[in-house]
Amino acid sequence: MKKILSLLLVCMMVLPALAFADDLPVVKIGVFEPASGDSGAGGKQEMLGMQYALEKTPTVEVGGQEYKVELVYADNGSTPDKAPSAAQKLVSEQVAVVLGSYGSAVSIAGSDYFKAADIAAIGATCTNPQVTAGNSHYFRICFLDPFQGTVLANYAYKELGARTAYCLAELGNDYDVGLVTYFKRAFEELGGMVYDETFPTGNSDFTSYLTNATMFGADVFFSPVSIAYSTQIVKQASSQNVTYPILGGDTLDSNVVAEAAKGTNIQLIIDTFYQEGANAEFDEGFKAWLNSNSEALTNNGGNDVISAVSVMGYDAYYTALEAMKAAGSIDSKAVMEALPSVTLTGVSGAIAFDETGDAIRTSAFVKTVDTQTGDWTFVAEASVD
Amino acid sequence: MQKQGKKSISGATWVSLCLIVLVYVLVFIAEQVLPPTSMLFTVLKKGATYALIAVSMNLLNGFTGIFSLGQAGFMLIGAYVYAVFTIPLSQRMSVYQYYDGGIVQFTLPIFVAMILAGLVAAFFAFLIGLPVLRLKSDYLAIATLGFAEIVRAVFQWDKLGPLTNGSNMLRMFPNFNNFNLTDAEGHVTVYLSTLIPFLISGVCIALIVLLIHSGYGRALQAIRDDEIAAEAMGINLFHHKELSFCISSFFAGVGGAMLAMYQTTVQAKSFTSAMTYEILLIVVIGGIGSVTGSVISSFLFVACSEWWLRFLDEKQMIGTFEVPLLRNGFRLVVFSVVIMIVVLFFRRGIMGTKELPDLFRKRKGART
Amino acid sequence: MWNTVFPYLLSGISVGGQYALIAIGYTMVYGILRLINFAHGDVFMVAGIIMIYISASGMPLYVCIPLVILFTALIGFLIERVAYKPLRSAPRMSVMISAIGVSYTLQNLVLYITGGLNKQYPTIPWISDSVTIGPATTKIVTVVTPFLTIFLVVALVLLINKTKIGMAMRAVSKDFETSQLMGININSVISTTFVIGSFLAGVGSILYFTNYNTVIQTSGAMPGLKAFVAAVFGGIGSIPGAVIGAFIIGIVENIIKGMDVILFKSGVIARPLGLATFSDAFTFALLIIILVVKPTGLFGEKATDKV
Repeated sequence: MKKILSLLLVCMMVLPALAFADDLPVVKIGVFEPASGDSGAGGKQEMLGMQYALEKTPTVEVGGQEYKVELVYADNGSTPDKAPSAAQKLVSEQVAVVLGSYGSAVSIAGSDYFKAADIAAIGATCTNPQVTAGNSHYFRICFLDPFQGTVLANYAYKELGARTAYCLAELGNDYDVGLVTYFKRAFEELGGMVYDETFPTGNSDFTSYLTNATMFGADVFFSPVSIAYSTQIVKQASSQNVTYPILGGDTLDSNVVAEAAKGTNIQLIIDTFYQEGANAEFDEGFKAWLNSNSEALTNNGGNDVISAVSVMGYDAYYTALEAMKAAGSIDSKAVMEALPSVTLTGVSGAIAFDETGDAIRTSAFVKTVDTQTGDWTFVAEASVD
Repeated sequence: MQKQGKKSISGATWVSLCLIVLVYVLVFIAEQVLPPTSMLFTVLKKGATYALIAVSMNLLNGFTGIFSLGQAGFMLIGAYVYAVFTIPLSQRMSVYQYYDGGIVQFTLPIFVAMILAGLVAAFFAFLIGLPVLRLKSDYLAIATLGFAEIVRAVFQWDKLGPLTNGSNMLRMFPNFNNFNLTDAEGHVTVYLSTLIPFLISGVCIALIVLLIHSGYGRALQAIRDDEIAAEAMGINLFHHKELSFCISSFFAGVGGAMLAMYQTTVQAKSFTSAMTYEILLIVVIGGIGSVTGSVISSFLFVACSEWWLRFLDEKQMIGTFEVPLLRNGFRLVVFSVVIMIVVLFFRRGIMGTKELPDLFRKRKGART
Repeated sequence: MWNTVFPYLLSGISVGGQYALIAIGYTMVYGILRLINFAHGDVFMVAGIIMIYISASGMPLYVCIPLVILFTALIGFLIERVAYKPLRSAPRMSVMISAIGVSYTLQNLVLYITGGLNKQYPTIPWISDSVTIGPATTKIVTVVTPFLTIFLVVALVLLINKTKIGMAMRAVSKDFETSQLMGININSVISTTFVIGSFLAGVGSILYFTNYNTVIQTSGAMPGLKAFVAAVFGGIGSIPGAVIGAFIIGIVENIIKGMDVILFKSGVIARPLGLATFSDAFTFALLIIILVVKPTGLFGEKATDKV
C-alpha cells in the first residue's frame, strides 16, 4: 500500500511537470465548474465556451509581457460538500482569477475559499443574488433571479394570458426554489394565482405533478429545474397530452432540452442570455470548433446547437482577460481590484458591473422550441420596467 | 487488549501519546510555516472532521455491533443546529432572504453551539432508537437509512423555512478561519484554523476511547460478540444499545457541525446516503473495531479523493504521449476498485482491531 | 372524486409494477442469502445504460431487448461470483459492505463511461405511444406494466413450486447448511437466484426507463431503495408479498404527490400544504412503522433469526 501510494505521489508530481514545456510564461485561470452530478451537463457546456475562447485567444498581453493562458479545471461535482476542496485546488494552483460556477449553490460554497486567498471569481451563469451579495470578490456577467423571475411572470401573465400558474422546483435546490419565489411574487403582484410544489432529488416520475397542474387548472407550468429533470418533464408532459405551456429559466436553454421537445406538441418557453443568430461570426466559429472536436461535440449533447451558457462561458473568459489587462498584472489581488471597472462588449451584449459586482443587464431573450426541427426560435427581448 | 486491564499506563501507551502530541506540534508548525492556501490544510481539516465521524460510526458498527446507516442524518442535524444558532444577527436578513430573517434571533458562542449540535442529534437518536434498536442487523440498517432520508426531507420543507431556511443554504456562520488570531488590522498573526479542528476532534475521540475502555465499553463489546451471552450475564441489551446509539449520534452531530465549518455553507441536499456509505467505507478500510484505523483511513481517504488522485481526472501527457483512460470520473473508478479489493481481500482493513499502542507492544515483544 | 384520484392511481399502479420487478430480486436474494443486495438498484440502472449503448450501435430493437436482458442477467451472475461468493463464510456485515462497495463501483463506472451526463433512453415503438383511459392520458407502457408484472410473477412462482431448481431454492432458503448436506449445489442455486433477479430487473428497467426516459448513474438508487422497502413491507422472502408491497408503495407514493390536489378539490384545505415534498419520506416512514409493528411484513413467515 505504501509503495503504491509513494509511486502515485511521484507520478503526480512528475506528470504535470512533463506536460507543459513552452517558452512563454503561463498565467493560470481557474475553471470552477461541475463536470459531474446534476449540473454536469450544464457545467460542461459552460466550459465549452471557455475552451473555445482559449483556442481563439490562447495568449494575453499584460503589462507589456505576453502570457500563455492555461485553464485549470476543478470539478465541484454540483454539490456544496465537494466544492470546498475543488475551490482549494484552484487556490493552491495560484490561479489569477476564477471562472464559474454553473449553479449558485456551489459558487457560494466555494466563495469563502477564493475570498481568503484574495482571488476574484467571475460567475458566468450563477443567477442567485446571494452569490455576489455582501462580498467584494465575486462578480457575475449574467442577470439575476429577481429579474429573471419577474420577466417570466410578466411574460406568462401578459403575453400568454395566464392567470393560474403551477410552479415545480427540486427540493433542496436553492436555484429552483429561489427563482420560483421571485416568479411567485411577481405573478401574484400582477393578480395571478400560484400553486407551488417541490419534488425530492432523484425523482423521475413527474406524471403526478403534471396531473396536479392540470387539476389546479394551471394555465402555465413553471419549472426552472436542471436539464436532467426538465427533459423528463417535457417528455412526460408530451405523453400526457398536457395543454398548458411549460415555462423555464436559463437552465433549460440547452439543446438537450430542445431535443426532448422535438416531435412533441409541447409549447416550451424559456428566457435566456443569448439567442443563436445574434452574432453570426461567433456562431460560425463556435460551430466549426465543435464539429472539429469530437469530445466537445459529445459534451454539447451530440449536436452543434449553441447553448447560452457556452456563450456566457466565452464572455467570462474575455472578461477575465480584460481584467488582467486593466490590472497590468497577473497578481490575483490586482485583478480583483481592477474588475469592478472592467467593461467590454461580449457576444451576449455589453458587460459592466454595478457596485455589488453584478452585471448591468436590462433585458433577457425569450425563446421557444420549434417542435418540428428541435431548434430554439426567438420570441421576444423582454425587460422589466 | 482488554485483558491487561488498566493497572497502569504502559510504555506503549506513553509512546503513542507522545506520537499524538508530536502530530499536533507538527500541524501547528506546518500551519505557521507553509502558505495557508496549500491543499494540505484543506485535507487536514476535512480529515479531522471525517476522523471524528468515522470513529463515531465505528463505535456503533465496530464496538457495539449495531449496523446503523443513519450517520448522514445525524450529521445533518448537527450541521443545521450549529449553523442556525451561530449565523451573526447582522447577516440573518441576507441568509434568510425569503423568510424575513428567520425566527431565531439570537446567537450562541461557537463551542456552545457545537455541543448543542451534538445534544440535538443525540436527542433525535434517542427518539428514533426507541423503536428501531429492537430490530436486528439488516433491518436496523435499512430503518436508520430511511430515517436519514426522512430527516433530509423534513429539513428542506418549505413550511419550516423560518427555522431551517427551507431549500436554501445556510452560510455566513463562523468557520475554521475564525479561529485564527489576528492583530488590530485584521492580519493573521497565529494560524489556528487547522489545529483547532484537530483539537476538537482529538478531544472527542479521546472521550470515545475512554468510553470504550470503561465498563460500559466492555459491555458493548460483549453485546457485539454475543448478544445472548451478554444478556445472560446481566447486561441490559436495550439500554446499552440506546446509550451507544445516542453517544455515537452526539459525536456525529458534533462532526456535522465541524463539516459545516469546513464547507462554510450547509445545504441539506448534500447529506445523502452516499455520504453515509463513504464514511462506512472509511471505517471498513481502517478496520472495523479500531479507532486508530478509522482515524488513519479518514486522512488517507480524504487525501486520496480530494488531492492525490485528482490528477486521474485530467488529461496527462508524458512528452507527446497522452495517457489513456484518464478523464473525468476515472479517479472514482480507481477508488472504487481499491475499495472492493480491500473489502474482498483485506477484510481486516489497515489496522484490523489493533490500536496505536499495540503496534509498539508487538515490536517490543519481537525484541525480547 | 374518482376523476381526481384516478390519474394518481394509474401512475401508482404503473410505478408499483416496476418496483415489483426490482423487489423480487431483493426478496429472493434475501430469502436465500439473508443479504440486502444494495447493488440491485444499480444493476437495474446499468441495464438502462446498456440499452442506450446497444441501441446507439444501430441494432434493431428486437435484438437489443433480448441482449439487454441477457447482459443484465450476466452482470447479476458476475457480481455474485466476484463480490459475494468469496465472503460466504464471512460475517453478514462484511457481505453487506461488499454490496455497498459494488453499488459504489457500478455508479462510478457508469459516471466514467457516460461522463456524468444524462443519457436519453431510446423510444420503443407502440409502448411509448399515448393512450387515453377515462380522465387520464398516459403511455401504453403504463397500462402494460402491471399485466406483464403479474404474468412474470406467475411464471416465477410456477418455477419455484414446480421445478427441481425451484425446490432446491426453497430448500436453501429454509436451511442453508442442511440443504448443502442433502447434496444441493448451493453455488448453482445462488447463481440462479441472482440471474433470475437480474433478469427481472432488466425487464423492469425497460419498462421504467421507457416511461421516464433518462438514465444517469444515480437513477437506480431511489427505485432500488423503494423496491427494497416494498420487499420488507410485503414480508421479505415472500414473492407475492414483494409484489403486493410494491403496488401499495407505488400507489401510496403517487397519492401523496397528489394529496394536495385531492384535499383541495374536496374542500378540506384552502391552500396547498406542500405535502408532495414528503412523497419519498413517507415511504421510509412506512418502512419504519412496518418494521416496528410487524417486522415480518404482510406475508412474511415467522422466523426467529430475523428480528
